[in-house]
Amino acid sequence: MLQLAGEFTQLDGLAPSVQRQHFRISTNPALPKPLASEAAFLCRGAAVPSGFGLYLAHEGDQEVLEGAPTGSPKGVLPISAVYLCDGDILRVSSTAKSYRVVFRRGTRHQSILLTERCNHYCLMCSQPPRDEQDDWLIEETERLIPLLPLDTLELGFTGGEPTIYGERLVNLLRLTDRLLPYTSVHLLSNGRRFADRKFAEAYAAVQHHDLMVGIPVYSDDPGRHNYVVQAEGAFDETIAGILNLKLLRQRVEIRVVVHAQTIDRLPTLAEFIARNLLFVDHVALMGLEITGFTRGNLKKLWIDPYDYKQIMEEAVEILAAYRVPVKVYNHQLCVVTPQVREFCVQSISDWKNEYLPECTGCDLRAQCGGFFSSQVKYRHSDHITAQRLIPVPLAVETAP
Amino acid sequence: MSRFQSIEFYQRPTTTYQLLPFRFTPLNERGEYVVTNLAGEHLVLPGDRLRALVRHELPHTSSEYLGLRARHFLCDDSSKSTPDLLALKIRSRYRRLAEFTGLHIFVVTLRCEHSCPYCQVSRQTGDTEAFDMSRTTADKALEFVFRSPSPAIKIEFQGGESLLNFSLIRYIVERAEAINHQAKRNLQFVIATNLAVVTEEMLAFCRDHRINLSTSLDGPEDLHNKNRPRPGKNSYQRALDGIERARRIVGRDSVSALMTTTAGSLDRVREIIDTYVGLGFTGMFLRPLSPYGFAVKTNAIAAYGADRWVKFYKEGLDYILSLNNAGIPFREFYTSVILKKMLTSDDPGFVDLMSPAGIAIKGIVYNYDGAVYASDESRMLAEMGDQTFRLGSLANDSYEDVFLSDALLNPLEESFAGSVPMCDECAFEPYCGAEPVFHHTVQGDFVGRKAESSFCRRSMAVFRHLIELLRSDPDAKRIFLRWANR
Repeated sequence: MLQLAGEFTQLDGLAPSVQRQHFRISTNPALPKPLASEAAFLCRGAAVPSGFGLYLAHEGDQEVLEGAPTGSPKGVLPISAVYLCDGDILRVSSTAKSYRVVFRRGTRHQSILLTERCNHYCLMCSQPPRDEQDDWLIEETERLIPLLPLDTLELGFTGGEPTIYGERLVNLLRLTDRLLPYTSVHLLSNGRRFADRKFAEAYAAVQHHDLMVGIPVYSDDPGRHNYVVQAEGAFDETIAGILNLKLLRQRVEIRVVVHAQTIDRLPTLAEFIARNLLFVDHVALMGLEITGFTRGNLKKLWIDPYDYKQIMEEAVEILAAYRVPVKVYNHQLCVVTPQVREFCVQSISDWKNEYLPECTGCDLRAQCGGFFSSQVKYRHSDHITAQRLIPVPLAVETAP
Repeated sequence: MSRFQSIEFYQRPTTTYQLLPFRFTPLNERGEYVVTNLAGEHLVLPGDRLRALVRHELPHTSSEYLGLRARHFLCDDSSKSTPDLLALKIRSRYRRLAEFTGLHIFVVTLRCEHSCPYCQVSRQTGDTEAFDMSRTTADKALEFVFRSPSPAIKIEFQGGESLLNFSLIRYIVERAEAINHQAKRNLQFVIATNLAVVTEEMLAFCRDHRINLSTSLDGPEDLHNKNRPRPGKNSYQRALDGIERARRIVGRDSVSALMTTTAGSLDRVREIIDTYVGLGFTGMFLRPLSPYGFAVKTNAIAAYGADRWVKFYKEGLDYILSLNNAGIPFREFYTSVILKKMLTSDDPGFVDLMSPAGIAIKGIVYNYDGAVYASDESRMLAEMGDQTFRLGSLANDSYEDVFLSDALLNPLEESFAGSVPMCDECAFEPYCGAEPVFHHTVQGDFVGRKAESSFCRRSMAVFRHLIELLRSDPDAKRIFLRWANR
C-alpha cells in the first residue's frame, strides 16, 4: 500500500508565512521558467536547473540537492515516497514539515476529500466523521483545481458529506467544469441535501459536462437504511433527493455497501430500484472495506462474500434484467458466481489493492480487483482460491 | 455505551400505518390471496395476514409488513416518500394515453386468394376491385394519421391479402414519407400478408422503405394447410418460401409470424412451437381464437372453450420455458406483454389489455370503403353486419367528428375497468383490459357480465398461473424478468 502522506526528513527555505502550498513535481530540467517557479524539481543526480520553487530528493540520495541553487527551498522525502513521479502534486506544510500527495498523474482514481463533517454516522464508514470546522479542505481544493492537468480523466469529490457546503460546493463544481472541460467528476453524497429543491436546482444549473453523484440506498426497508446510516428520516430525504435530481436530469448512481445488515434484502432492494428508480444511471454493489467504523462493528457487519454469492447473483440478475447498468465492486472473482463475474470491476484504488498468496497462479488475477489492504490485514473471505480456466486433470499418471 | 443505536431504535413504529389503495383476489385453493396496488405491484399473502393487514394489526417488523411497505401498499412515518413514488409510477403507467393513436390500420383490399374457414375479415374473391381502397380514401386517411399527436406512428396494411393491392401500398408509403418530411414522427410500416403472392419487386420496395412483414403461420404443414386452404393447397410452402426470401432481401428481423389457434391446434402445441423454433423465430404468440368473422359463422369458436385454451397455453408456456432452460432463448409474446404489466412500471400498450380500452385512442382502422372503425375487431364485427363501432366515414366526417363520436366515447367510458362491476375490485385489474368490443360481440353489452365472460375467465387463469410460476420457479422468474423488459 502506498503512503500518500508523510513527513520530510528535512525541509528548509520555504516561507513560513504560507502555511500550505501546492507543488507539481517535475523531472524535466527544460521546464520553462514561468512553470518552474511553481513546481518542485525532483533531483536525480544529473545537472540541477535553476528557477524551481522547491527542490526535492529522496532520503539516502540527498547529496544530489547540493547541486540546487543556493538559498532555494529544499526538501528530503522519506523512502515511502519513492513512487512520486512527474506530474504528481504535493501539498506541503512548511510549519509541520509534512506533505500529502493530493494528485497522482498516473492513476484514474483521483479522490479529493472535501470535509470530514457528516450528518450520517454509518456503521461501516471508512472515513469516520468529525464535527470540526474543516473548510480548509475545500479551500485547498479550490486552489488545487487550477493546477490539475487538462488531461485528467476522472476526479472524485468525497467526504464526509460534501453538500454541507451548499452553494460553495456548487461553485467548486462549476470551477471544475470550466477549468477541466475533459474531466469526468464523481461526487459522493448521501443525497439528502438535494431534497431541497432550490439546492438541487442550483446544482443542476452548473450544467456540468460530465458529473455523476453517487448516493447510497442500503435497503428497501426505511428502518434498516436509517439504521445503517444511523440517522432518522434519512431514507425519505435521500429518495426525495434522488427524485429531484432525476427530475432535473442529473446523473445519479445508487451505491449499496453489501454486508450482513444489507444482504438479506438485497434482492428486494434491487426490485425496489427497478420499480421505483429505474431512471438512475448506475447501481454499484460494493464489498466491505475493513477500515474506519467497520473494524469496531465487524461482528455486526461481517458476512463472508462466498456465503452470499447466490443472493448477490439474484440481485445482479434482477437489475440486469431491468437494464439498470449494474457493477459489482470490491469482490474477488473467486467469491462471486461465474454469472456475476462480468459485472465485477477492478475498482480498488491503485494505492490500496493487494493480493493474497492464494492468488498466485490464478488465471483470473489479471481481471480481478484483488483486495483492499485493510481486507488483507483484518478480514477477507475464507474461500479465496486460485481459479483455473482450463480444468486440471484430477489424476495425472506418473512415469514409473 | 455504544455510539451506535440498535436497529430496533430505527425500526420502531411512531404511529400506526396507513393503508394505500389496493385490491385483493383469492389466488389458489390454499387460501392465499394476491394483492395488487395502483401501480400494478403484487404480493401473495395468506388469508390471515391479509386480514391482519386491513385491521391494522400487522406487526411492523414482520416480513409481510416490510414487503408491503416497500411495494407501496401501506405507509408510515418512516416512508413519507411513498406517495411521491407511487404517483410517479402511476404517471409512468398511463403516460402513453396522452400520446394518443399510434397504430393506424389501412385495409387496402378485402380480396384474398386464400379461403380460410376461420377468416375473421370475411374475404372476398380475388377479382372484385370494388373491394379495394381508392387513392382518394387513402389520402383522407393519411390526413387523419398525421392529426394524431403520437410521436410514434405505425401504419399497418391489412387485408384480405394486402399485397393484392400493392400499388396502393406503394402509393401510401411514399405519400406518408413525404408528409413525414415535415411532420418528423417516428414512422414505421408493417404489411400483414400471407406471403403467397409476394414478389421480388415488392420485397425490394420493403427493403428500401424499411417495411416489416407480418405473416400467418399456424404450425406444422398439415395443420397450416388445413386451416388455410388456397388453390394449390400449398399455403405452408408459400409462407416458408416467402419468409426465407423476405429475410434475405429485407432483413433477418423484418419478418414476424402470427398463429391462429383452432380446434386442430389444441393437442399440438409443441409441434407448433417447434415449427417456429425450426424456422429460426425468436418467439411466438400463443393466441386465442377471437369471436369474429367467419370464425363465428362456422362455429369454430364453439369448438373449444376458455379452459381448453388455457390448458393449451400452459402446455405451450411450459415447453417454451424448458427450451429457455436448455439454452434456447425463445419468447412467448402474450406472456411478455402481461409480465411487462406485472413486473414493470411501464405499459406495453397492448390493445386487448388496456383500460381505458385501446379502441381508436391506441389503434384505429381505415376500411377499404372509407369507413373508420375503432379497432380491427370492430371492422370484423361490421363485416358480420354489426356497425356499432363504426365511428364515421373518411368521406363525410372530420377528425373531430370521429374522435368525439358517441360510438367511441360511450364504449370507452362505460367499459373503463376501474369502475366496472367486478373489475373495480379485482386484483388483476392493473394487468387486464376493458375489451368493450369483445363483450359487445358475445354479450351485447360494452361492459358485460364478467362472471360469464370467457375473456375474464381466460385472462384470470393466465394471471394466476404466471403469479404462481413467479414465486415457485426461480428459473421461470429469471426468464420472465428478461421477457418483461424486452
